[in-house]
Amino acid sequence: MKLSLRIWRQPDADTKGEMVPYEIDGVSEDASFLEMLDVLNEHLISEGKDPVAFDHDCREGICGACSLVIDGQAHGPQAATTTCQLHMRKFSDGDSIDIEPWRAGAFPVIKDLVVDRSAFDRIIQAGGYISAPTGTAPDAHAVPIPKQDADAAFNAAACIGCGACVAACPNGSGMLFMAAKVAHLGLTPQGQPERQTRVLGMVAAHDEAGFGGCTNVGECSAACPKEIGLDVIGRLNKDFRKAAIRAA
Amino acid sequence: MSTDFYRDGEPVADAKAPTGPIAERWERRRFSGRLVNPANRRKLRVIVVGTGLAGASAAATLGELGYRVANYCFQDSARRAHSIAAQGGINAAKNYRNDGDSVHRLFYDTVKGGDFRSRESNVHRLAEVSTEIIDQCVAQGVPFAREYGGLLDNRSFGGAQVSRTFYARGQTGQQLLLGAYQALQRQVAAGTVDLHTRHEMLELVIVEGKARGIIVRDLVTGEISTELADAVVLATGGYGNVFFLSTNAKGCNVTASWRAHRKGAYFANPCYTQIHPTCIPQSGDHQSKLTLMSESLRNDGRVWVPKKRGDHRHPAEIPEDERDYYLERRYPAFGNLVPRDIASRAAKIVCDEGHGVGPGGLGVYLDFADAIDRLGQKAVEARYGNLFDMYERITGENPYERPMRIYPAVHYTMGGLWVDYDLSSNIPGLFVTGEANFSDHGANRLGASALMQGLSDGYFVLPNTISDYLADGPFEALGEDHEAVVAARKEVDDRIEFFLHNDGDRTVDSFHRELGKIMWEYCGMERSDEGLRKAIGLIRDLKAEFYKRVKVTGKAEQLNQELEKAGRVADFFELGELMCIDALHRTESCGGHFRAESQTEEGEAKRDDEHFSYVAAWEFGEDEPVLHKEALEFEYVKPTQRSYK
Amino acid sequence: MNWTREAYRVYRVAVSTELQSRTAAHPVKRARAPWKPWRSTIGLKVAMGVSGILLVLFLVAHMAGNLHVFEGRESMNDYAAGLRSFGEPLLPHESLLWVMRLGLIAAVAVHIVSAVVLTRRAMQARPVRYASKKPAKGESRHAVATMRWGAIVIVLFVAWHLMDLTWRTVNPVKDLHDAYGAVVATFDPERWPVTVFYLLALVALGFHLRHGIWSAVQTIAGPNTRWRKRTQAVSLAVAVLLVAGFAIVPLAVTFGLVS
Ligand SMILES: Cc1cc2nc3c(=O)[nH]c(=O)nc-3n(C[C@H](O)[C@H](O)[C@H](O)COP(=O)(O)OP(=O)(O)OC[C@H]3O[C@@H](n4cnc5c(N)ncnc54)[C@H](O)[C@@H]3O)c2cc1C
Ligand code: HEM
Ligand code: HEM
Ligand code: SF4
Ligand code: F3S
Ligand code: FES
Repeated sequence: MKLSLRIWRQPDADTKGEMVPYEIDGVSEDASFLEMLDVLNEHLISEGKDPVAFDHDCREGICGACSLVIDGQAHGPQAATTTCQLHMRKFSDGDSIDIEPWRAGAFPVIKDLVVDRSAFDRIIQAGGYISAPTGTAPDAHAVPIPKQDADAAFNAAACIGCGACVAACPNGSGMLFMAAKVAHLGLTPQGQPERQTRVLGMVAAHDEAGFGGCTNVGECSAACPKEIGLDVIGRLNKDFRKAAIRAA
Repeated sequence: MSTDFYRDGEPVADAKAPTGPIAERWERRRFSGRLVNPANRRKLRVIVVGTGLAGASAAATLGELGYRVANYCFQDSARRAHSIAAQGGINAAKNYRNDGDSVHRLFYDTVKGGDFRSRESNVHRLAEVSTEIIDQCVAQGVPFAREYGGLLDNRSFGGAQVSRTFYARGQTGQQLLLGAYQALQRQVAAGTVDLHTRHEMLELVIVEGKARGIIVRDLVTGEISTELADAVVLATGGYGNVFFLSTNAKGCNVTASWRAHRKGAYFANPCYTQIHPTCIPQSGDHQSKLTLMSESLRNDGRVWVPKKRGDHRHPAEIPEDERDYYLERRYPAFGNLVPRDIASRAAKIVCDEGHGVGPGGLGVYLDFADAIDRLGQKAVEARYGNLFDMYERITGENPYERPMRIYPAVHYTMGGLWVDYDLSSNIPGLFVTGEANFSDHGANRLGASALMQGLSDGYFVLPNTISDYLADGPFEALGEDHEAVVAARKEVDDRIEFFLHNDGDRTVDSFHRELGKIMWEYCGMERSDEGLRKAIGLIRDLKAEFYKRVKVTGKAEQLNQELEKAGRVADFFELGELMCIDALHRTESCGGHFRAESQTEEGEAKRDDEHFSYVAAWEFGEDEPVLHKEALEFEYVKPTQRSYK
Repeated sequence: MNWTREAYRVYRVAVSTELQSRTAAHPVKRARAPWKPWRSTIGLKVAMGVSGILLVLFLVAHMAGNLHVFEGRESMNDYAAGLRSFGEPLLPHESLLWVMRLGLIAAVAVHIVSAVVLTRRAMQARPVRYASKKPAKGESRHAVATMRWGAIVIVLFVAWHLMDLTWRTVNPVKDLHDAYGAVVATFDPERWPVTVFYLLALVALGFHLRHGIWSAVQTIAGPNTRWRKRTQAVSLAVAVLLVAGFAIVPLAVTFGLVS
């Protein structure tokens, strides 16, 4: 396969970047999108040029490191698929493909396609946990959890923290990510005592990090590789409302 | 025994394994260990490198206890440590099923599964602590699978006779890691843990024989800095990536361990590698990693290859009598469910004989046609739907219509830095936890035991044992101008300098791929005297070429992924050589280590307890490594030969 | 109970001071201290939703009132007069009208202020556009464009509309008691651009409400997936009914059904 790529190149956070065209030939249909970039990088290095920097690690759709906007779509055209799991057979010979980093004020570009997502960690630090110091736990069977609740909690907990939701949201909002965690913990009995403080703290951190508000556009959920549903945002809003009224 | 590649040294002096009845040893050790008064903990600084299960759990717990912790990982977030990828589950001797499980049985199974090459005391402690891990994780909100009654569900895993595996769909590692990550973030917010992401440890600082700090590179700015402390914990994961292609994440590396090894820490049993039989085969030279398909597929799939060599027909066109169901043929009793190492090697054998299918002839069929006939497509879909989807996404083939192609791949490394019962390496103040140490699995790890070990080490063992060492602290304050610090920094600077100024013409990956091929060919599923000797030669040549021809673009003061890779691959070269030497010296077959020369008449692994019932702890030597043996004693589980006929 | 507030305060301190210095690799724009829940993105959004729903209720009533036009001049003008004289002589003249107006002004103020603040935050949160366009895949495909551009059209419309039919500045019928006459005059076929502008504004309003109503419900009530589909349907229906109910008046005048 022969492809024309346009890739966002930006040497560092402070320098202006631009879309740079590249031609690449002999791409295998079986290669993953990142492997296609590996091949491009091998060529670039051989020519003495700086290879394209991009984040990745597990390459099997679970670590949440990979993060490319491909033809305007976070994680590319295939639904429920991370960039590392996207394969070149989804494209055709002769295609032109645009590759850009996540774009969001809270995710500044570090280099090329690599962005800083530490704002997500700060949201978790502000309450995205259950305070259970090691060694203090009762027996695991002390509190049964209805299977439906456990399953719903799992669905929300499946978030890989990739940030595609932010990249896709026209408001640059981190709501889906935050809501997934609020929903996960709020659906377990262990998460109840801190439920209100958690949501207030997390929303404060979310806003402070520079994410935008949610206006229920739903692009986040459509881009989410783990198909986290918009209902978690509904839950978040509800928890927040209750907590805010109580804290007032 | 060949001694042409190494020297024999003194046996390991003391593994600190307590004596007495095995069920009381951990209790006793905890009691005999010294404690640190809570007010003093604030004055003690501990570095934890790694935020996987082992690292995050340790950092969070030490933070809760009141120590000042500095925690490092090379990913952009602690949550992305490789533990996130573990699928199957985590073992614990809860006996919630009342099916006869117990701490002793988990202990017994683990020692036996490790082919009698692990330390009994450690394994027993692991089995004891396993139950606390589940309690802890549930309290953190980990959404384990549950039954309709609301209680935790269990499954049997890796051929165990009892159901003791706790799981969270196929994402157990993810959920456990998120639990630990969240506990860690809570400590970050509380100010007890300084978390540094996108930082890579490149050197260990040793002062007066004690581990006192690390040198790290900020992967964004390239800045080299020093972190000094009273103790250093390495929880840096496994080194399966020495094979280039493995199921490990791309960033997994041996650098932290290797740097410690070069500074005197023993590296134990480096050759013990676990190869997982059901991975998606390589599709071409572009391949960057291999993807694991859950082992559970073997419950319903039948493994076969065409009887004719190089048969390129569509599998549906190959009639029954021209198929070789080789596992069912060779192991009539266990059939497709033989343990990982046996299934892996059997696949290699048929492919080596030319029966393999798919690109390069490296693959065997895993066929669900019978299961679909028997159960209906719906039932198969319900059981394995997500795995089938993943397979289709990667290969573009529909496994409902065409048998899956699978092939073994490197998955886990049982070897690692040598540690005593307290998880301390032979360098005082240097502790090692999780996959990075060698301790608990012997020559073969049972499924769902790595997660258990990582969390056991991090939540429960290390925080208890490290206090005995820290009770002597705080140690004398050090300045960054201390000669040991300056020297360590210089080593790092020199290495970076070298790579950036080497006038080469080959990419780092091209070397890594070639090294991986050598390792896989000669130090993979089957090893022989001749092959290993050849491999050592090839590795040495390739390493020389690497230093001559490697090309690293860019600058030091920026995000430079090529530079990161170059440093890691350089360490893989040295590790690869040691792995081959270790494999060469161990002329027996045991667990994941199969020596062609040591097999039974039926071609099964043959252990040699008389000569090899020891841990091989290697000391670094500029010319040749030095072998220290730690003898293994089995008081509670008597060694027997495994058989799956 | 006070633990909530206290623990919440602790989180706040942690978030804003310690963490910022510890983990922020780059300067982060801070929200103006002190942080109040209602100033947060979610708080503002609830305010916008609630005020929006109030506006919807007003429009429903307004639309229903407009339909008096079909009952002739008397009926329409009586209705308008009735609104003004409601409760008299117990209450002063125009009390109901002013209560409504004050409520309306408050709702509009809250709605616009929160909309402006959120839009500004959204623009800061998304400062760079993607070079390539993608097909929209979300719940509300064109919500962003239609909501924000539509809102501007609505503001312009309301300004004109007040000058036209409330103050009559731009209306040929200056008699404040003849609402009927004013309506008929403004949609006179001669003044077709006015009618067209009204209709355009109504379309903008329709789009605004199609997303706005279900969005407000999602924000306030947080429905699950099944209910979301239903609120979306209801939202669309209300939007269509409102637009149709409003549009029928100018159309009727233009085509001579009412004169
Ligand atoms: C695909 C797959 C599936 C698996 N499934 C299971 C399963 O079902 N059950 C089971 O029990 N086990 C399973 N395992 C094994 C298990 O996941 C691992 O052994 C275990 O998670 C290792 O945890 P760890 O904390 O030791 O290391 P890791 O999770 O690998 O963490 C290593 C940490 O060290 C950091 N690090 C490494 N080097 C440096 C450096 N130089 N400087 C700074 N930081 C560094 C990394 O950033 C990372 O944070 C699986 C493994 C794989 C590959
Ligand atoms: C006066 C001019 C108006 C402006 C400037 C305005 C602006 C906005 C904006 C910017 C939004 C959010 C857009 C988004 O979700 O992306 C919004 C939402 C909304 N508007 Fe308006 N609007 C106006 C008039 C109205 C009117 C007249 C009504 C009702 C009759 C209305 C009802 C709503 C509703 C229900 C929402 C949804 C709130 C939510 O998302 O929770 N708006 N408006
Ligand atoms: C196209 C159909 C419409 C017609 C025929 C119409 C007619 C009128 C009339 C006659 C009045 C004056 C009432 C009085 O003073 O007693 C009025 C007032 C008003 N209209 Fe409309 N209107 C229409 C659409 C709208 C729309 C779409 C909106 C809002 C987006 C709107 C908002 C208002 C407001 C805010 C007032 C002022 C109310 C007050 O004085 O308290 N109108 N309208
Ligand atoms: S919610 Fe989905 S898109 Fe957002 S971070 Fe989580 S997994 Fe990624
Ligand atoms: S796309 Fe953005 S507006 Fe809300 S529903 Fe998703 S966060
Ligand atoms: S690289 Fe881990 S999710 Fe893509």
